[in-house]
Amino acid sequence: MLYGDTPHREEPNVKYMLLFMSPMVDGEVVDNGCSFEDWIRYDREMKDAGVWVSGHPLQDLTTCTTVQVGPDGDRTITDGPFAETRELLGGYDIIDVPDLDAALDWAARSPGAVGTGSVQVRPIAEIDVQV
Amino acid sequence: MPGEAAAVGSSVEAVFREERGRLLASLVRRFGDLDLAEEVASEAIEAALTHWPTDGVPGRPGAWLLTTARRRAVDRLRRDRVLATRLAVLRAEAERADHAPPADADRDLPDDRLALFFTCAHPALAAQDRGALTLRFLAGLTTTEVARAFLVPPATMAQRLVRAKRKIRDARIPFRVPGPDELPGRLPTVLQAVYSVFTEGYAASSGPDLQRIDLAEEAIRLGRILRRLLPAEREVAGLLGLMLLVHARRDARTGPDGALVLLDDQDRGRWDRPMIEEGCALVVVALTGRAPGPYGVQAAIAALHDEAADVASTDWPQVVALYDVLLGLMPSPVVALNRAAAVAMRDGPEAGLALLDELADDPRLRGHHPYPAARAALLRRLGRYDEAAAAYRSALTLVGTEPERAYLLSQLEEVTTE
Repeated sequence: MLYGDTPHREEPNVKYMLLFMSPMVDGEVVDNGCSFEDWIRYDREMKDAGVWVSGHPLQDLTTCTTVQVGPDGDRTITDGPFAETRELLGGYDIIDVPDLDAALDWAARSPGAVGTGSVQVRPIAEIDVQV
Repeated sequence: MPGEAAAVGSSVEAVFREERGRLLASLVRRFGDLDLAEEVASEAIEAALTHWPTDGVPGRPGAWLLTTARRRAVDRLRRDRVLATRLAVLRAEAERADHAPPADADRDLPDDRLALFFTCAHPALAAQDRGALTLRFLAGLTTTEVARAFLVPPATMAQRLVRAKRKIRDARIPFRVPGPDELPGRLPTVLQAVYSVFTEGYAASSGPDLQRIDLAEEAIRLGRILRRLLPAEREVAGLLGLMLLVHARRDARTGPDGALVLLDDQDRGRWDRPMIEEGCALVVVALTGRAPGPYGVQAAIAALHDEAADVASTDWPQVVALYDVLLGLMPSPVVALNRAAAVAMRDGPEAGLALLDELADDPRLRGHHPYPAARAALLRRLGRYDEAAAAYRSALTLVGTEPERAYLLSQLEEVTTE
């Protein structure tokens, strides 16, 4: 048992998005060195534990395009992310777990959390929850 | 709120301060919502103040408060379907009743406060908010009092608390005691939250008063609660010991005119001996067994000072040895600075100064007034008065509290006339 105290509240689980971030230096993404196999293993762990809801890796930086609509409706389309971008999203997973501690634990177990990588953990905003 | 009502309100809070933390913790466990718990706890306390003077204090006052607060919470949830749905309380209430931890022998309520400590000091919260939440919910201070404690306007503190509570609720920071595997990783932020209250109270970072004693005492009170709740954790003993051993010198730390008196010049007869004894006993607990933690080592250093009859007879070699251990546990330039000062006492000012000069380029000491102040004191002992004066002047550009400024000014004056 990972946690010492059983949760007292019988609330429905929360969905969290885990965003796998990599730093950008001089317009290049810094790879944290984890392998494809590492991600496959992580993916299997989440599915075996029954917490995985959805998720995808994203194509690399060269395929990124940024769109912005100005006040008069003009569309500006630019190659790549904004020049000032310091971190790039490399992929995400959505998991369904009881609380933030469980989400943080899954984030820490991901290959994206080691080395130069980091994982942002964000609860999904559930609007209009019905029991 | 008008001033008078606020004053009455805060004295009411003061009476029920100890009860309030327990009540809040029980309510959070039952209803899972800090805001709701806060609201109904206050209502129950108000009801107690109305009824108890006429009806008499009930046999089990804690249980009376909890029952009253729970009834109010259930009423609230019946009226507020959205809130009820979110908390899924109607289902949870029945299921939860038998999860309660055992009651203390001397109390009529189970103690849920440990879980609340871990929620308030959760690492996912901003470090500056953990101390504030702990003061608000465990020490039972009002928002205005917490604001005063951290020297921010009440509106700012209210905003910070609202934001922190929203994170607890919306990111679902759990209300539970971490298991044995997790505890070593989670305890440090709890201890840090309590210690931040203590240091804030002991040496105000800015403002006219050097010490705000009641805040230090609140921190000690929190430390005692934690010590009761986690009797096997040696770092909890270390933290409480450290706070007691430092606080034992409070009366000697300021002169009759409110001026700062440094450890070397303090009238040791004014130190609080019973408090020192209690602190020393805790140091023994903190240092017995496996390798000690940073609070235990800092407490041991404080104990060596407190037990010495004067500066000269202080066991400086032992102080330096403990700083070596501490530097290994928390490599920080502030620890290195204190170690250099201890080396100066053991081996002479030149040795201490050489160590201080090694720290000269550390960016983390920039803006830290004890660094130039320590250099100044050693330069003065070496008779290098011009350099000492320059170092006192640069300390004066950085220092926060009035008594510290006054002390440095008096030193500067002495050194320029020497």
